Amino acid sequence: MPDKNVHVPALEVHDLTVSYLRRPVLYGVDFAVPSGRLVGIVGPNGAGKSTLIKSIMGLVPSSGGWAKVFGQPVKEQITRVGYVPQRESVDWDFPVNVMDVVLMGCYGRIGLIRRTGRAEQAKARAALDKVGMLPYAGRQISNLSGGQQQRVFIARALAQESELYLMDEPFAGVDAATEAAIITLMKEMRDAGKTVIVVHHDLATAREYFDMLLLLNMRVVAFGETGEVFTGELLQQTYGGRLTVLSEIADKLAKEGS
Amino acid sequence: MNLHRIFVEPWQSHASHYWPVFAMAFFVTVACGLIGNYLVLRRISLVGDAISHSVLPGIAIAFILTGSRSGTPMFIGALVAGVAATLLIEVLHSRSRLKQDAAIGITFSTLFAIGVILISIHGAHTDLDLDCVLFGKMDFLPGREPVFLGVPGVTVTMAVVAICVGLLIIIFYKELLVSSFDPSLAASMGINPRLVHYLLMAILSVVVVAAFISVGAILVIAMLILPAATACMLSDRLWLMMILSVLHAFISSLGGVHLAVALQVPTAPASVVVGAVCFVVVWIVSPRQGLISLWLRSHRADRAPEVRSAGNV
Repeated sequence: MPDKNVHVPALEVHDLTVSYLRRPVLYGVDFAVPSGRLVGIVGPNGAGKSTLIKSIMGLVPSSGGWAKVFGQPVKEQITRVGYVPQRESVDWDFPVNVMDVVLMGCYGRIGLIRRTGRAEQAKARAALDKVGMLPYAGRQISNLSGGQQQRVFIARALAQESELYLMDEPFAGVDAATEAAIITLMKEMRDAGKTVIVVHHDLATAREYFDMLLLLNMRVVAFGETGEVFTGELLQQTYGGRLTVLSEIADKLAKEGS
Repeated sequence: MNLHRIFVEPWQSHASHYWPVFAMAFFVTVACGLIGNYLVLRRISLVGDAISHSVLPGIAIAFILTGSRSGTPMFIGALVAGVAATLLIEVLHSRSRLKQDAAIGITFSTLFAIGVILISIHGAHTDLDLDCVLFGKMDFLPGREPVFLGVPGVTVTMAVVAICVGLLIIIFYKELLVSSFDPSLAASMGINPRLVHYLLMAILSVVVVAAFISVGAILVIAMLILPAATACMLSDRLWLMMILSVLHAFISSLGGVHLAVALQVPTAPASVVVGAVCFVVVWIVSPRQGLISLWLRSHRADRAPEVRSAGNV
């Protein structure tokens, strides 16, 4: 018997449609991510990238279609899915320190009312160590740089010990060192068998970062192995008339092709 | 000024009068202050204001329906009105182009107006008068209320409410924390932030109606916001903020009793004034966020380059 994970996709989305104030934001989104892959979601602003993962997580109501995680509805697999919201979505003046934030990653597993204990503290410490933030464990979160804030969010995701991660723009507004550290960590996670799906806004790095790409512009333009999908024609379709971004990439692709 | 009359006599010759007043003031400010931490952190302080005004029609309707001024129907009326106000604000905000502040403004003033009309019509043959509704009557407690173990009934109710609020915050600390800090993470973990929000509003309604009789609809907002606003200038850990707001509640209620004696004024506004003085003092002298330390820091930053250039020479 082959391992069942080979057959059951980590994430399967079928005909997902989301509308906001009766205006469709996403329609007929269809794709399936096998487990153990590092996947980038790219597309222009307003393409519905964040909306897609929010709607998979059930944070935004969908008007049609479904999403399944390891073959079951997301609600039944909550501890197997880790969601990393955009860094700007929270108030960084909130009266908590770095350790408190990372411990929140354990809340889903320990359940209602029960408190975090030594085991969770140890997990949180290990996660902070992985992102190089252990020395900052006791620091108040308003005294962190953008890159450090993002590392804390990644540490919190690690402490969640999920199998599938959905991350919303983890590279937005972080320094180069943090970006490098995060992508290395994501690759380690993938090598450990986790599935990592990342909303990404920078086409220039998308090709080297991800195994697979989902090109999105309100619908799925293409989904597949990065090498097959990252072509001038498909990118043109995804980004439409935004030529400045595209011509650079197209030039680059043409040069490499010749 | 006679210090003996202000500070000693209330606890000696008039102890049986002042203990319940102080206890009432303390339990009101503690209950309000604890729940107020979440209002301040979630940036919904104005919702507290809205609910404190909106419970008025609930109380009035409960009174008209049952004809009694007893606790239970009033609690239920206030609870329904408080949660209804929250729902109304949400509906107005999500089903129209109005922003939340405008939705709050419309909701609470309308509900309050309805409450005032109801009380004006039916208030003549009750002891629900508008002065009490607006400003509270903490000082007239003794003698008018049923007494348990030497303590007036309303004080016992307020104590129970304050203890319940404290216990709920301890029990659901983790859920309240994550849904206040990062609602989408909470939702992704199966903790419904909307449910938490409505439960919080329900608790707030209970606190407000319990505090209503003694502090009134206008002063209760100060009790909700001042302790948390003071605490957040002194600490950047939520649990410490909670403890500091209890301390603030203690100081402002004790100070309020003495100020009321000194000036011969009602205790509720006196407590608010003492609480506000605490806030201003902390704002000035707080080690990290205070005006003095901010001034010192910017002063030092201005001087630093001079020192460096002097060193180079």
